[in-house]
Amino acid sequence: MLLLCLTGLPLIFSDEIDHALGLTLSPPPLPEAAGRASLDDIITAAKQRRPVDAVQFIVADPDEPDAWFVRMAKIVNADEPSAFYAFDARTGAYLYEYPLNQSVMNIMLRLHVDLFAGLPGTLFLGFMGLLLVASLVSGVVLYGPFMRKLAFGTVRHNQSSRLKWLDLHNLFGIATLVWFLVVSVTGVINTLAIPIFSQWQSGQLAGMTAPYRNMPPLEKIASVQKAVVAAYAAAPDMSLSFIAFPGNNFAGPHHFVAFMQGGSPLTSKLLKPVLIDAQTGLAVATAELPLYVKALLLSKPLHFGNYGSLPLKVLWALLDILAIKVLASGLYLWLKKRSVSFEARQGMPPNEKEPVTCRSAVKQADSA
Amino acid sequence: MKMQLTGKQIWSVPIALGFISASGLIAALFFDGIGNVISWIALAVPVAVAVWYAVRQA
Repeated sequence: MLLLCLTGLPLIFSDEIDHALGLTLSPPPLPEAAGRASLDDIITAAKQRRPVDAVQFIVADPDEPDAWFVRMAKIVNADEPSAFYAFDARTGAYLYEYPLNQSVMNIMLRLHVDLFAGLPGTLFLGFMGLLLVASLVSGVVLYGPFMRKLAFGTVRHNQSSRLKWLDLHNLFGIATLVWFLVVSVTGVINTLAIPIFSQWQSGQLAGMTAPYRNMPPLEKIASVQKAVVAAYAAAPDMSLSFIAFPGNNFAGPHHFVAFMQGGSPLTSKLLKPVLIDAQTGLAVATAELPLYVKALLLSKPLHFGNYGSLPLKVLWALLDILAIKVLASGLYLWLKKRSVSFEARQGMPPNEKEPVTCRSAVKQADSA
Repeated sequence: MKMQLTGKQIWSVPIALGFISASGLIAALFFDGIGNVISWIALAVPVAVAVWYAVRQA
């Protein structure tokens, strides 16, 4: 849990750090309001860089409206990308390739997400997250008895370091509680992303593509530019978040799926899939994502803290530092308790005037 | 022996901090601009309270 909080801290600022390290670039400013380059030209350029690989997705970034990102892989439905290119959305010019699997931030990310162990690692960390939620709840249950004789925020600086850390543990724990609970629960939901999306793929997506199930494999894929134009027409007032190419698990063998996002803070997080016939480039169906996918999509910003510009990220980091102190002081108190409790139990008869609470037990242990 | 505090005395500040944190977490999710400002102010409250009581010498 401490590892999750420690590695999470730099990850809050991963966009800013990547940018500062020169791993990402903003498209250069252009003098006049330029048009938009054709996506067909962009994927042609991407394929020229990796002639053997397949385009999996074209992705938009709301923070970089003048860029398109092309994700490529060995095969179209591979889990791991082979390259991530950025193109200028106005001129179609190649901007940069984002380095995969090599930066320090990537090590942080893997330690935070899967301990370099893939889905089992992610699910293990999800279980750790559940234990964290349980320990938060148990901390709240203990807070009442501990604070029975102490005004809110009392920190006994002048007594033993154990009491000081106990008080700081209680203070930081109760102050950050709601934030810590929200980040933990949404983190656990995020660990289920792969099972949630595969459930969606075998459920709603399979249902939408069912009429095409027995059709022969595609010979030629329609223009992706045409597909995106069709998606915009099918989802008015929305913009493209990403489009999955035919053969990808997010699209199915005979379709593109364009995931459209709304313009408000809330609707920009909730995507709407538009199914596009990959032969004709025409939109054939749209759907509302089921609730369990929406819950996942909403849990992402609430975990990352990336939905209220830089000041929110800074607060996220400060709250994370307080959470690290809660965990570290909890660990310290637990180790201390283990080392003194035996003698304490031997030497100190229970004090009958005081109700036997955790606090009185701690006081006994401390004076022993 | 000091007086025992009532449940209300123990829990009023934690509950208030919980509500403020929650409204901060939600505000920026629903509203641009003003929502962000509300979330910055609201989430600064638990941080400020924690730091204030931690450094204060009683």
